[in-house]
Amino acid sequence: MIECFELTKDFDGFRAVDHINLNVPAGTVLALLGPNGAGKTTTVRMMTSILPPTSGWVKVAGYDVTQSPAQVRAKVGVLTEQHGLYERMKGMDYLDFFGEIYHLPREVRRKNALDLMERFGLTFALNKRLGEYSKGMKQKLALVRSLLHNPPVLLLDEPTSAMDPLSAKQVRDAIIELQRDANSTFLITTHNLTEAQILANRIAIIRQGRIIANGTFDELAREFVGEPLMELRVNGELNGLAKDLSSMVTITDSGMNWLRYTVADPYQTNPTLLRYVTGLGIDVVTLAPVTRTLEDIYLQVVKEDEGTANGDNR
Amino acid sequence: MATTVNEPMKPLVAQPAGRWDEARRTLSNALIITRREVRDSFRDWRIVGPIIILTFVFPFLAQWVAARFSGFLATYGAEIIGERTIPFLLMIVGFFPISISLVIALETFVGEKERRSLEPLLSTPLTNTELYIGKTLAAMIPPLIASIGGMLVYLGTLLFSELAWRPQPMLIVQIILLTIVQALVMVTGAVVVSSQTTSTRAANLLASFIIIPMTLIINGESIIIFLAPDANSSRGVGALWAIIVGMLVVVVLLLRVGNSIFNREELLGRTIDRLDLRGILAKAWRHARAVDENGTPARSLVEWYTRAIPLSLRRLRVPVAIAVLVFLGAFVGGLVFGLIPRWQIAPYLPPPEQFSGTSSTLASFLNLSVQGDAMLMIFTQNTRVLLAALMLSMFSFGVAALVLTPLTFVILGYITGQVLIAGYSPLLILGAVVTHGIVEIPMIVIATAIALRLGAVITRPPSGNTVGHAWIVTLGDTLKLVLGVVLPGLLLAAFLESFITPRVVLALLGG
Repeated sequence: MIECFELTKDFDGFRAVDHINLNVPAGTVLALLGPNGAGKTTTVRMMTSILPPTSGWVKVAGYDVTQSPAQVRAKVGVLTEQHGLYERMKGMDYLDFFGEIYHLPREVRRKNALDLMERFGLTFALNKRLGEYSKGMKQKLALVRSLLHNPPVLLLDEPTSAMDPLSAKQVRDAIIELQRDANSTFLITTHNLTEAQILANRIAIIRQGRIIANGTFDELAREFVGEPLMELRVNGELNGLAKDLSSMVTITDSGMNWLRYTVADPYQTNPTLLRYVTGLGIDVVTLAPVTRTLEDIYLQVVKEDEGTANGDNR
Repeated sequence: MATTVNEPMKPLVAQPAGRWDEARRTLSNALIITRREVRDSFRDWRIVGPIIILTFVFPFLAQWVAARFSGFLATYGAEIIGERTIPFLLMIVGFFPISISLVIALETFVGEKERRSLEPLLSTPLTNTELYIGKTLAAMIPPLIASIGGMLVYLGTLLFSELAWRPQPMLIVQIILLTIVQALVMVTGAVVVSSQTTSTRAANLLASFIIIPMTLIINGESIIIFLAPDANSSRGVGALWAIIVGMLVVVVLLLRVGNSIFNREELLGRTIDRLDLRGILAKAWRHARAVDENGTPARSLVEWYTRAIPLSLRRLRVPVAIAVLVFLGAFVGGLVFGLIPRWQIAPYLPPPEQFSGTSSTLASFLNLSVQGDAMLMIFTQNTRVLLAALMLSMFSFGVAALVLTPLTFVILGYITGQVLIAGYSPLLILGAVVTHGIVEIPMIVIATAIALRLGAVITRPPSGNTVGHAWIVTLGDTLKLVLGVVLPGLLLAAFLESFITPRVVLALLGG
């Protein structure tokens, strides 16, 4: 649904996006992560055909952004970093205005607006001026605006940044439902790594305009923080168990009654390991994966890239 | 999730259609923007307040002033000035509200950019032209409603006042048209400014480039209304028609500039108001030395003349063709003008046989000192005129280049006609003009074409180029051709005109 090939953007000698390659199939939620100024917004602007690429190409919903900009923008719903509402308008009028731009018939745009406002708990504010909306309400209304014409592709920049936990959950649920029920494709840029981990089935990390990591959570975890890490706790002391197990797994750490190990294929190795330990008459209290967060992966990716960059500089 | 309705809906983007359908769709989409913005303007008391006052209060005040002023002047026997105050104030009543259009238009893009509401709009399928037209109309409609409303109220008050003056219908039409074109000039100019700046403050500062010329025009119009000998003509005041046509030309040019420089990247990409003069000059100089489109510098003077200059001359083909056509038209115009008996000077010229006798006087001037001074004077004068045309052309989208320099050809055509009518030999004309003109005229053509291109390039930069880049490349070509061709050519022409032409003329006079 979104394809980028060697996508590059220069501004007056400054390279904001540097030969990006991405492929986001339909029904995918891609989280585009990266530090401030990494090139996320520029990438999204090229995908919405606001900025033309300096070189390379990007296709959205089958249309090239340079050759068919209007078709691309018709297929995309965009939530910009700043909500950008017209403060003197009322909620319903605002949505009606954007619905008209997308040529939705009056009754359709009204129904869509009412449904979406209800979905996000904003029905009470339909006839309020947008200047009276709270920051979170404005953010939600901007999201409603981007969903109004049922676009197959949604580009969301920090979709929950200004929201309270309940509103943020409403938005996350909506994204999950749209992806599941309407097979919508999402590209979300965010600094909220927990949210990205919940929502995204693919993650790309961008730094200094380059994609430095791209894959599913598991793929990235494996590539950047190693094989799955497990923790075994037993009743009593280990008494040399770590040494015995080292032929099966890689022990990374151990204590009096616990040990941690990494394993390439936990589904195959863990049952064997459990059988071996219980066969020794040791009571197993727990065997559980040590949670790796997206934050661990992100920090590791950025750290490695910094190291590479410094090495190059030297 | 609550389901939203997908169908039916009209196509979101343009389907293949005729030009008329496309124009209708463009206007229809533009009007979506216009309606929203006009409604938004009417929600803002800072706009509504002045509009109400200027529409319903100010006309009464103006009418009262007109009545008092006319009465006062009548006591001193200057009724005509008092009478002319009435259409003058009609124009002022119309102009004050449209000054608001400048404020709205200046704010139209940069204000949205400051409030961050521009990007959602740019992310919609609306085209650049639709956005541009929609916003331009939105800036014009409320002030024009107020302006025309105010003028109608003013004219209405005249019907019930003690003033006996009843306006010529054509004068009223002219004042209304003037008001509309003034609004168009201000709005189109302000939209250009607004789309190229990053803050309302910067836009307001740059608005001086609109306000100052507009103030001068209003002053001129006022003087015309008071002094025009044809003020009571049923065909209207001729000078006002000329201003209306002139401003319409400016509007067309500004619309072209606005539409060509209005694009999403320029609107969002520009983040700071920075003018890097040194950088601009360095880039222009690089293009002045360039032998190809990539900017490869010439390695020697010979290469510069054999590759770099021809490259820039090739780019000048269309402006040269335009300049030649305009000059031919100007020459013929001068000739034809000279055929009108009341403008002829031929009857007052000395007969050819008597003029031949002056050859000895002419011969007395042929010495190195006088001819050297003449050469310097001719070169300075030609350079000064062409530089003035170049400078003015930059601020008039190339129009000045096609107004100033052709005047020389009007005069040349006129003098040629008169000399021929007076019975002089055509050979004398040829000798007096062609001897140096063979160099000078091509130089004037090239210089005019350069000025035309430098001014006009911003109205339509070459495809794929930003306005800034296209202008810098053209500035580079200008430097290249002025230094490499025009100045040396003018120097040679001045030499020929001072040292050779007089001798040719003397020979033809038999001296």
